[in-house]
Amino acid sequence: MFKNVEELRSYRLECKKALANENKKIVICGGAGCVSKGANKVYDKLIALMQEKGVKYTVKLEKCSDDERIRVTKSGCHGFCEVGPLVRIEPQGWLYIKVTEADCEEIIDKTMAKGECIDRLCYSENGVVYKEKKEVPFYKKQTRVSLDNCDKIDATSIEEYLARDGYTAFEKALTELTSEQIVNEITESGLRGRGGGGFPTGRKWGQVARQKNFPKYVVCNGDEGDPGAFMDRSVMEDDPHRMLEGMMIAGVATGANFGYIYVRAEYPLAVARLKNAIAKAEELGLLGDNILGTNFSFHMHISRGAGAFVCGEGSALTASIEGKRGMPRVKPPRTVEHGLFDKPTVLNNVETFANVADIINKGAAWYKSIGPEKSPGTKTFALTGNIKNAGLIEVPMGTTLREVIFDIGGGMRDGGKFKAVQIGGPSGGCLTEEHLDLPLDFDSLKKAGAIIGSGGLVVMDEKTCMVEVARFFMNFTQNESCGKCVPCREGTRRMLEILERIVAGEGRDGDIELLQELGEMISDMALCGLGKTAAGPVLSTIKYFRNEYEAHIYDKKCPAGECQKLKSIVIDPELCKGCSKCSRICPVGAISGKIKEPFVIDQSKCIKCGSCVDSCAFKAIKEI
Amino acid sequence: MEQKIDFSVLDKAIAEFGNEEKSLIAILQRAQETYRYLPREIFPYLAEKLSIPEARIYGVATFYENFSLEAKGKFVVKVCDGTACHVRKSIPILEALRKELGLSEQKKTTDDLMFTVETVSCLGACSSAPAVMVNDEIYPTMTPDTAVALIRQLKENN
Repeated sequence: MFKNVEELRSYRLECKKALANENKKIVICGGAGCVSKGANKVYDKLIALMQEKGVKYTVKLEKCSDDERIRVTKSGCHGFCEVGPLVRIEPQGWLYIKVTEADCEEIIDKTMAKGECIDRLCYSENGVVYKEKKEVPFYKKQTRVSLDNCDKIDATSIEEYLARDGYTAFEKALTELTSEQIVNEITESGLRGRGGGGFPTGRKWGQVARQKNFPKYVVCNGDEGDPGAFMDRSVMEDDPHRMLEGMMIAGVATGANFGYIYVRAEYPLAVARLKNAIAKAEELGLLGDNILGTNFSFHMHISRGAGAFVCGEGSALTASIEGKRGMPRVKPPRTVEHGLFDKPTVLNNVETFANVADIINKGAAWYKSIGPEKSPGTKTFALTGNIKNAGLIEVPMGTTLREVIFDIGGGMRDGGKFKAVQIGGPSGGCLTEEHLDLPLDFDSLKKAGAIIGSGGLVVMDEKTCMVEVARFFMNFTQNESCGKCVPCREGTRRMLEILERIVAGEGRDGDIELLQELGEMISDMALCGLGKTAAGPVLSTIKYFRNEYEAHIYDKKCPAGECQKLKSIVIDPELCKGCSKCSRICPVGAISGKIKEPFVIDQSKCIKCGSCVDSCAFKAIKEI
Repeated sequence: MEQKIDFSVLDKAIAEFGNEEKSLIAILQRAQETYRYLPREIFPYLAEKLSIPEARIYGVATFYENFSLEAKGKFVVKVCDGTACHVRKSIPILEALRKELGLSEQKKTTDDLMFTVETVSCLGACSSAPAVMVNDEIYPTMTPDTAVALIRQLKENN
């Protein structure tokens, strides 16, 4: 345990030397995407083969390393999940994709022993082979700040974090800066809350710092509940110390001595990694009482969520940490005055805290130099849906949607045509072709009727029905409405009923107007953010795809061909053998015909259950 | 079926997390993990130990999605229906699984208490969409056929 700053510095120096000693390195991506595609098997196979062949290797950052040894390590998410499992070769910086156990021998014999690149494992596009990771189009336009370490370090090792200047910002905050200076630096940097709200972080910290009511708390919102978002998961799992450091600096700045991290239940690995990180930091004396011999004490706790989306809202989150039902309360008083346990509380999201250490180290001016003036810095996005390169990315704020979707994301998958992108999850909205050149930042998106939200980007092609998308989000929001206030509880249910009716082909004249009226009413009257934004996806799809709603309601057609109830089921007379099996299986007696002659379906009776489609041995029955 | 509840699990959890209201969720999570559901008998027991009204505990237990008052299967199959999985067609997977196991939206658990099939809003494994999680393990890029094959394999191994 370090008794003072000097001890921390000398230990860090040792770690840095060890890192500098490493030469040949195989970095296997241990992110959720690659693990589910078999990254652990690749790792085990590499180790087994090296043992078999007698190749010298090590799996840990070794203090006195002889540089002959190959370092094999599992890092966090590299982001390019679509083509996992990913393996990076150092010092060359080559990136191998879709690596299987069968490739491991060649990697050891060719790449590690002879320094030869295996071209067939490299990413290629339009006949060009990209050996180096940084040249791959997916990475070229990215700027990684909060995700910088994720693809480099072993998240379970505090030494690797220290070797990359870990905890230098905390050290600086603790020993060189006053509370006021820290708050000013953060304010000056223009950092805005990355959880979706975009509130200036420095101002929030300043408000808590001015409170005279103790104890104060620093709370990290890791309840990343938006479907289609997994950015915070990466930071918590892959670089937990960066987030802890941000929270600790917030503690120094505001005079808080307790930190709480609220992690959603679906992220068991994040909980395990954070627990491990906290234990390591406590062991070294970076957390606890009188840290590094100063009079600053800081204790960190983890609260696991229990599956309630609304707990991402500030006051619901603090209620949940207190062991209560996670329901939002009326504000004011605000969290900065009466937050957790009714005490002054700094509540920020994971990504916000992940930006803090770099701002303290490199200064506000550096941070402001990235992205547009009013929304500086970078933003992480989870790029998913009908896109070629799904994955996790980080770009400067102000990057356009076109660059994100077509340059980084590689365009649409399976030759589909771009139709829309859903941004900001269930609170956000859809953007269309006309918005492709819109810069992604807080203010530009707001003008277009969408929000940056936490950063989920779900790309949709022409086969996606926008009414069904709206129904999907409304179903989600309705499920997650906590039930406290009437406009949200009842309003979302009524909106869902209307949408369900429309996709089932029972839409009525006036439904669109009714949806708009209800949506605006809920936005005006709901208590918390969940309700206020609940109608976003519906209102924005009506705005940009009103014709699809009308086709469902008036023509009883789904232009995208997705809505089951609006499909027709027909028998192909060419293929039908007239076996009568379908007519016997049909629950409503809609199919008739003569044996050994083509049968027909009476469309007025058919309920589109699809039973006949599955039953036909000749594949003669089709949905159109 | 009358089942005897082992209260020592709760005592251990209370000792670990503290006998105060703020520990309630952590204690209930431990109970859910151990019993695979929250037996009603634990509510009066916890109310007394933590000195909070039973109604409040019941309120918390019914508020959060992860708590179940009914026993769940040995294998909890969660079909992800997050946006990314949804647009890459997760619902046909759910339907195939329900069909295979004779389950429906109302009936989520098989009578032999082997399988529970439910949906989850997002597993955060969007790059592997559509994803299915069985207990704590994620299975990537599923189709109705591979999902059914997975169930059959789990059945066979048990």
